[in-house]
Amino acid sequence: MSYSATPPSRRSKNNREWLTPWLFLAPGLFMFIVYVLLPIFQSIWISFHDWDGLGEKVWIGLGNYSELLDDDSFYVSLKNNVIWLLLYLLAIPAGLAVALFLNQSVTGIRLYKSLFFFPFVISQVVVGLIFTWFYAPDFGPFSKLLEWLTGEQLAVLADERYVTYGIIIAGLWPQTAYCMILYLTGLNNINPEQVEAARMDGAKGFKLLWYVVLPQLAPATFIAMVVTVIGSLRSFDLVSIMTAGGPYGSSQVLSYFMFEQALSEYGFRMGYGAAIAVVLFLIMMVFISLFIVRMLVQERNA
Amino acid sequence: MFPSPIQNASPWMRTGYKVLLPVSLVLWLLPLIGVAITSVRPAGDLAAGNYFGMPSGFAGVENYTAVFRDSPIGLYILNSFKVTIPTVIGAVGISCLTGFALAVYRFKGNLVLFFMFVAGNFIPFQILMVPVRDLTLKLGLYDTVTGLVLFHAAFQTGFCTLFMRNFIKGLPFALIESARVEGVSEWKIFRHIVLPLMRPAIAALSVLIFTFVWNDYFWATVLVQGQHAMPVTAGLYSLNGQWVAAWHLVSAGSIIAALPPVAMFFLMQRHFIAGLTLGATKG
Repeated sequence: MSYSATPPSRRSKNNREWLTPWLFLAPGLFMFIVYVLLPIFQSIWISFHDWDGLGEKVWIGLGNYSELLDDDSFYVSLKNNVIWLLLYLLAIPAGLAVALFLNQSVTGIRLYKSLFFFPFVISQVVVGLIFTWFYAPDFGPFSKLLEWLTGEQLAVLADERYVTYGIIIAGLWPQTAYCMILYLTGLNNINPEQVEAARMDGAKGFKLLWYVVLPQLAPATFIAMVVTVIGSLRSFDLVSIMTAGGPYGSSQVLSYFMFEQALSEYGFRMGYGAAIAVVLFLIMMVFISLFIVRMLVQERNA
Repeated sequence: MFPSPIQNASPWMRTGYKVLLPVSLVLWLLPLIGVAITSVRPAGDLAAGNYFGMPSGFAGVENYTAVFRDSPIGLYILNSFKVTIPTVIGAVGISCLTGFALAVYRFKGNLVLFFMFVAGNFIPFQILMVPVRDLTLKLGLYDTVTGLVLFHAAFQTGFCTLFMRNFIKGLPFALIESARVEGVSEWKIFRHIVLPLMRPAIAALSVLIFTFVWNDYFWATVLVQGQHAMPVTAGLYSLNGQWVAAWHLVSAGSIIAALPPVAMFFLMQRHFIAGLTLGATKG
């Protein structure tokens, strides 16, 4: 406010001005606090308790966390989350490759682009069912293909060694489509003159891509990184649909492990589940903070 | 490796590209094509071990009728609409307001609030699961469509606010300034000046949120138990348990469950992609 001495008649108006944004924010903020913000703190609180979801909560301090450190399933989940995270990142170069392939102007290319995007639009439940069926031993086409390649009969989803990789491949299918569409839009905004100029200067092949094209695609790469990292750590649907964490818990990830402990036939251990959720939350907060810092820097520069 | 326009390539390359396009598309969509074919395959084929060969006949009508007649999938689809449409209206409506507030006013805590909405959009669902389920139980909304709608609308507000705020920031601010000079009230500025300009953003967000919420599986299993409120994602999974090895029915069910978001995508394609990539172009 520019006036230093505010006359009384002005003050009431200023009060209203102060209030206006909060009135616009009120409904959204209320919903968000009730359903998102408060539950985070409640979960942290519950994680210090032994609770079956119905009776009294019993304070056990760090009990759940120390139990977690002795739980083999926790380490299996953690390891699988790391595998998910690393392999899921392949969706980014794969998406870029598909986008470069489709970045032409021939008749019908728009339809091709849309159809390539298809896997992302359909539910992960459907994706999971399709892949489970394709992995079916004896008759599944993927099993047939693997048999032909390795000479060995493989039941991917029933094999502790391969099950996680099998599920990740199913996840990469829609994720690649997602990254592709991000890059296709990025490619639309590329300055063709710069590319031409670089070509004149003799840049080509991988060098052209790395030094001229990719820097211009940086915003798309950033968003692709964000959605891929978050997506990999959130992986729940596919694990639940394809294996329910099996065989013998070998395809567990933290998100599914939490669900299984807190809300399934294995018991209603809400406190233990909440502790797992807090660990997953903290892991994801590392990445979320990195993203936010970057966005904040851009916001400042804008 | 940035491809030069194919028009400048040799005729050989051009033909090669034109052949490669459909071939790669078929390979890419092979899983979906398999499901589509199986959904019209006669049950006898599966019994005879013909899973992926040519179907011996067209049984699409029988299979799809069987799915609708013998399973509650019609109800599940209806439930999904009942969850999805109010959520879209709620989340998009609320975020028009929050987005406007965060884009137009300078006040203490503006950026903090904005990034709170952004961060909330990325957190794992599991950290919300126990308290949200508890709250829904206490409100008497467990196992109801309303319970799902309230949660989804609240959660999607995070993403929608990010989107709306950035969109409104891109509008010419002079428009608002001059209206203020004229003495137009803030609500009227929002209602009559900004809101009409937000139509493309509203369309884009609506399609996106429709797809996100329609495809939700996690909350459908956490907040719903019985058939009467179950969305099609959770419903399809439970049907899959009943139709053991009846792949022609599972396939038909999958196609039915996937159809609404796919149709939405094709009808509103431009909006959909604009929505997904708004962040990508604006950084």
